[in-house]
Amino acid sequence: MSEANGGIRIGVYTCHCGTNIAAAVDVESLAAYAATLPDVVVSREYKYLCCDPGQDLIRQDIADKRLNRIVVAACSPHLHEHTFRGALVAGGLNPFYLQLVNIREHVAWVHEDRKEATRKAEDLLRAAVRRVARHEPLEPGRTPIHPDVLVVGGGIAGIHAALTLANAGKRIYLVEREPTIGGHMAKFDRTFPTLDCAACILTPKMSAVKAHPNITLWTYSEVTKVDGHVGNYTVKVKRWPRYVREDLCAGCMECLEACVYEEARVPDDFNLGLTKRKPIYIAFPEAVPQVPVIDPDTCIQFKSGKCKKTCIDACGERHAISFQLQEKTEEIEVGSIIVATGFQVFDARRASYYGYGVYPNVYTALEVERLVNASGPTGGEVVLRDGRAPKTVGIVHCVGSRDENTNRWCSRVCCMYSLKLAHLIKERTGAEVFNFYIDIRTPGKGFEEFYQKLLNERVHFIRGRVAEVTDWALDPTEEGKLVLRVEDTLASLVRRIPVDMVVLAVGLEPHPDAPETGRIFNISCSEEGFFLERHPKLAPVNTFTDGVFLAGCCQGPKDIPDTVAQAGAAAAEALALIDAGSVETEPNTAYVIAEVCSGCKTCIPLCPYHAVTFLDNEKKVRIDQAMCRGCGTCVAACPSGSIRQHLFEDEQIFEEIEGILAYA
Amino acid sequence: MTSATYGYYPGCSMRGSGIAYEESLVTLFRLLGLTLQELRDWNCCGATSYMCIDENLAFLLSARNLALAQQTGFRELVTPCSACYLCLRKVQDYVQRYPQVAERVRDSLAVASLPPLDAVKVRHPLEILFTDVEPERIRSKAVRHWHGGQVACYYGCQLVRPYGEADRLHNPTRMDELLQAVGVPTVKFALKTKCCGGSLTGTIHPVGLRLNYILLKEAARKGAKAIATVCPLCQYNLDAYQAEIRRETGEALDLPILFFTQILGWALGGDVRSLGLHRAISGRRVIDEWFPQHPEEVESYV
Repeated sequence: MSEANGGIRIGVYTCHCGTNIAAAVDVESLAAYAATLPDVVVSREYKYLCCDPGQDLIRQDIADKRLNRIVVAACSPHLHEHTFRGALVAGGLNPFYLQLVNIREHVAWVHEDRKEATRKAEDLLRAAVRRVARHEPLEPGRTPIHPDVLVVGGGIAGIHAALTLANAGKRIYLVEREPTIGGHMAKFDRTFPTLDCAACILTPKMSAVKAHPNITLWTYSEVTKVDGHVGNYTVKVKRWPRYVREDLCAGCMECLEACVYEEARVPDDFNLGLTKRKPIYIAFPEAVPQVPVIDPDTCIQFKSGKCKKTCIDACGERHAISFQLQEKTEEIEVGSIIVATGFQVFDARRASYYGYGVYPNVYTALEVERLVNASGPTGGEVVLRDGRAPKTVGIVHCVGSRDENTNRWCSRVCCMYSLKLAHLIKERTGAEVFNFYIDIRTPGKGFEEFYQKLLNERVHFIRGRVAEVTDWALDPTEEGKLVLRVEDTLASLVRRIPVDMVVLAVGLEPHPDAPETGRIFNISCSEEGFFLERHPKLAPVNTFTDGVFLAGCCQGPKDIPDTVAQAGAAAAEALALIDAGSVETEPNTAYVIAEVCSGCKTCIPLCPYHAVTFLDNEKKVRIDQAMCRGCGTCVAACPSGSIRQHLFEDEQIFEEIEGILAYA
Repeated sequence: MTSATYGYYPGCSMRGSGIAYEESLVTLFRLLGLTLQELRDWNCCGATSYMCIDENLAFLLSARNLALAQQTGFRELVTPCSACYLCLRKVQDYVQRYPQVAERVRDSLAVASLPPLDAVKVRHPLEILFTDVEPERIRSKAVRHWHGGQVACYYGCQLVRPYGEADRLHNPTRMDELLQAVGVPTVKFALKTKCCGGSLTGTIHPVGLRLNYILLKEAARKGAKAIATVCPLCQYNLDAYQAEIRRETGEALDLPILFFTQILGWALGGDVRSLGLHRAISGRRVIDEWFPQHPEEVESYV
């Protein structure tokens, strides 16, 4: 092993990762192969390189064998690049004399043929060895963290995260798309399994948000653009006009009374269309902020311009109502972002065999949440659309969950909310309640006990996925009823259960615009469309974009306790970032070879981070090293080749390519 | 559109128990200016009975028909029987999804000097009438007012499932919309895609009979005076066993079981014999009343 090539001395370390890599790749022969490559002084394989003894091995070799370049063939750099850089630093080397080869995700986990997989690993390793010889020492940058935080979504997740941070003394912007905060939780009557009143625990937190001096609350608003990077995000927020000024409105609601529509005629979204509202409305009595909204699609003034405007008269001296208000865009600077945009419930019409939208007495669970709610459309009475109280009720579990044809995941909350609704319906009406389930999933604190309580209350449980809800009658007992046809898999019978009311336990799914939201915040969605966390176990609220965190059901279905816990975790992550004051940044920035730059300015509009500026005196561009994120766009675009990038120098890339193409 | 020609695969039913279906289909298409060109030398589709004994052999039967259609130059192949429709569609699907099926089919076709399967579009008349002709055009061509009663549209299982191409999977409505276009009132029929018993009427007779009884009873309960079908086997089952069902249950069920093409053909001016209406077994009295031999004596043309 020569010391030509300027005294390059490379150490190669191949990790077994237990059996993760060793099962699919012959690590011994891989290590032996690496030892034959030029400039390689030492090549070892080790069971777990990421553990302390593994790190020590590298550190010791640097000292003993005077190594000055390290190649590690192990897992994804996402996981352990920082770990191994640490080992280099401990051994007294610049951390960027390291090259990682991902032979776990890119080789072991995706190939079955051991021989071919080993050969591919050899190719990748050879490329890395040639590349690392060209590495140069670099210094990581530091970027300061703006202490303000943006929280997107005003459900229980966003509310809890915002309050936690605000109580820690941080300034928070809470942006909510709806006219009120509260999210889905505001629609619930009781929460499982304790049956405590949802409003009693939620509305104080909503009011606290409004009253908190550290929270700027923007409802009826939407984030449209996010620029920048961890520590320094510039965010544009579009604010739709409510046509009622929040700064002047006293919340007296006299305008609602005064509206020329004497009767409410517009389907009320908050009550899922079970009631009607006026063109000027407030979502529900405890809404925050306590400011009505005018819906321009139904308001006569907006439609014809010929309304008597009795609302303005009622508002009187306060002059809070203005039809001239325009949509506006606010621009804010924040250091971190918590995305808590929530979920939507499955559209029951998609499961057409359950007759939602066909038979009036088929309800979704969310509709029934409103029916059992004391402030709901019926004042908490469970009645059918014709006003009768149901004598028998069937609750169909897993509608739009655990289903190959719709959504394959378990929505996690439906079993428990179905039990809760079964209890409430039985309590309010004395009706006989049937639950049709695939499995009862009650893995939470007090959940199984609640299930037992329901069994003792003589709620019926029939195991089987309901085939259909229909109105065809075989005998007189079924006349005028809805019939649930189901295979009772415990009794091995096909059963027909006639009921008055059917409740569909609809599952949770991502918002349809989640991909678009993801693009705004530069976060990705997993296969089913929920936002993807950085690591399912160890970084559940982080994303692959530093400084952007997740909370609540936008990351996946979860109940209120889990949502609140996750919101707290996201707030803690944001606090950790803020209190550190600054973060280390990758030195993989682009830089300009000034002698070659012709000042053509091609790169300036291409830079997504506004890091390129034109120097008028010198007629050349300069790249701000603190603002550059290393995307490489300018490097590729520069016609004269005068922009280069640290860690992606031409020589390094060419060596890597030649290495991979040079069959041994 | 007026002179469109479709490749036509009748299947065995059209020459047997479902002859009235073919008669009314041909008449209706003629009245709409559409031509059906019959596939030469066609064979059995493989249908459900063959399918359940040896699926791979059954595929070859349908594949041969599709290959013949390709060779003839048909880009679309119309088949009125739901079983034929499903078999043809299924072999196309399986050839695409399973390499072993594709290989077997390709090799077997090669032995018969037939081309490997390409994209001949398999279509059902319901789909053609709804999407190519459209209900509005059929309405404009109608020459008779409807003097009959309410009809229950019964789609059966095979037309819509599993592919959902001829109409929606669980709640098909195209037959309802076509019949309504010519003034026929249809009832809400929850059993529209339920099983007619298929060949069970011949194998496990009491089960098949009960399934038909449920359909008939529910249609009558919803106020239908007749049932309209799109499938020759559904029509046969419901039509042929009513007398037996009456005997077994003691219920006075006597509903005409019509092909939807007979009703549409009548509205467009077809006569009893050309629409095969004289062949029906059950509900004769209603049929004679709704579809008189000499309609001009009963009513004036529109």
